[in-house]
Amino acid sequence: MDGVTPAIRVEDITVAYRENPVLWDVDLEVPPGVLMAIVGPNGAGKTTLLKSILGLVRPAAGRVFIKGEPLSRQRRLIGYVPQRSSVDWDFPTTALDVVMMGRYSELGWFRRPGKRERELAMQALERVGMTDFANRQISQLSGGQQQRVFLARALVQDSEIYFLDEPFAGVDVTTEKAIVGILKELRERGRTLLVVHHDLSTLAEYFDWVLLLNVRAIAAGPVATTATPEMLAMTYGGRSAYLMKQEGGDG
Amino acid sequence: MDGLGALLSDYTVRTVMLGCALLGFTAGALGVFALLRRQSLLGDAISHAALPGVAIAFLLSGSRDPLVLVLGALASGWLGTLLVSAITRSTRLREDSALGIVLSVFFGIGLVVLVIVNRLPSAGKAGLSTFLFGNASTMLTRDVWTICLLGLACLICLALFWKEFKLISFDPQFAASTGLPERMLDTTLTTLIVLAIVIGLQAVGVVLMSALVVAPAAAARQFSDKLLNVVLLGGLFGAMSGIGGAMLSASMEKLPTGPVIVVIASVLTLLAILLAPHRGLLPDWFRHVASRRRIETQRILQALYRLVESDPDPFRPHDPNALQAVGLKAARSTLAVMVDLGWVEYSGERGWIRLTEAGWQEARRSIGGEAAT
Repeated sequence: MDGVTPAIRVEDITVAYRENPVLWDVDLEVPPGVLMAIVGPNGAGKTTLLKSILGLVRPAAGRVFIKGEPLSRQRRLIGYVPQRSSVDWDFPTTALDVVMMGRYSELGWFRRPGKRERELAMQALERVGMTDFANRQISQLSGGQQQRVFLARALVQDSEIYFLDEPFAGVDVTTEKAIVGILKELRERGRTLLVVHHDLSTLAEYFDWVLLLNVRAIAAGPVATTATPEMLAMTYGGRSAYLMKQEGGDG
Repeated sequence: MDGLGALLSDYTVRTVMLGCALLGFTAGALGVFALLRRQSLLGDAISHAALPGVAIAFLLSGSRDPLVLVLGALASGWLGTLLVSAITRSTRLREDSALGIVLSVFFGIGLVVLVIVNRLPSAGKAGLSTFLFGNASTMLTRDVWTICLLGLACLICLALFWKEFKLISFDPQFAASTGLPERMLDTTLTTLIVLAIVIGLQAVGVVLMSALVVAPAAAARQFSDKLLNVVLLGGLFGAMSGIGGAMLSASMEKLPTGPVIVVIASVLTLLAILLAPHRGLLPDWFRHVASRRRIETQRILQALYRLVESDPDPFRPHDPNALQAVGLKAARSTLAVMVDLGWVEYSGERGWIRLTEAGWQEARRSIGGEAAT
């Protein structure tokens, strides 16, 4: 781990859908080994920022570096937990099978997941407390259990940098605490985590770094010094002001 | 059964059936992916869009060589698919409108070219009209070989990229984040679906081919929660429909194959939707009724228990209407179930009921269990 190269470096990312800017000239440096939240109001571009860093959304401008290199060369360092609602949970497959999908790219073309992948997947399921549900069809799982399966799939990726999109959305308190425990444990082991979050009341308790985002990057840094009442007011109150100036309309 | 034996021993009929079985299997198996990726309607657009390709390929080459016609169908089916996504991306029209436009425009053009072809004096034109509703009996050995070759190629490709296709069908975003060429795999899978449709056009026809893609897949989904099983079952249902359709239409004159295949596939699907053990409507309804009844018997049992709780003789008969005093109406059928279970029995001629020893124990357990939780 060298302390100088940031785990993630975003330069001037701009994303627009038709004429409306979703992200405007966002710069970000995430130091290695932090558990960082992206917070901001609805429509602030949190998910879009995450997806542009992962190369899932093509930005109009800007560049992304993962540990100083372009993303395409660093895919193996990346783990991703998409929003739970982004997939159809009635897909005919089991929890164990979904977790094994985290090993597919490592396996390479034409090779089937075997005993080793099964073992790794079972270990990951154990870490998220889902061993008993391994062979359950995924639509038979509760929201919290589905989220744990997604987390387990990221865990078998055994990555250095994790991206999580709203991992606490629609989950029960027990699951939320369990997920936070795992995220903190990953940080203790030197991993970097970037998490889209929207509950300001748990921000300081769960995270040590934060990016305040509202189309533009308002501020980024340690939670204690960054998420001040003035900065939060700027982030959450600023959007309507920004929009009125820019286009005088809806979000 | 004698007629059937004769039918099966006929080499031509056997060849045709082999072809129908394989095109049915391919369509059913790949149809599962179309279903899971919500591309069922795309299948309909593709098959209609293939018609001008078939007609133009014939017009240009003057031959009924199956490979030429399939290539034509493939090209225009693909062009249709590309147009759908181009329209969706660059205009404000939604995908369903784009599908509707492409389907009808291509089909219209196809019909026009077909009429032109039919006016030509050249030989072999008669075969082309069967592409509308399909006629398996027009299939020659070389047609069947083409189907076998392309169908097997599709299935081998499906097996080779199995885990990648599974991943991009379930979670394309995650697939892309791991560095898989998601767009390329998506295109490949769509191409396989187009191929599966195209090879069935002669036997099933452009109008109905998409049903053979959707129906067996939908039926198969009812029976399993494992992708591999669903795909194999989809293939099996497709093959069954293909063979059945070929047999029926061969045994009756002037019966086109396509509609028969589709009717068989639809009946299979209807049965699956109604009867499949876990996802079927009927078993679901029975489970629902059973669970309502279970709750109702427990409530009546508890009410009866409370009525007699302070009574020196807990097995004293009661008027069932007394249950209304505690806000419960005991349906006769529910009481009958309880009698069958041995929890209550009728006593005397007035239709009064009383708890049995077993019912008393069950009620205590039921109330105790509720108190504990």
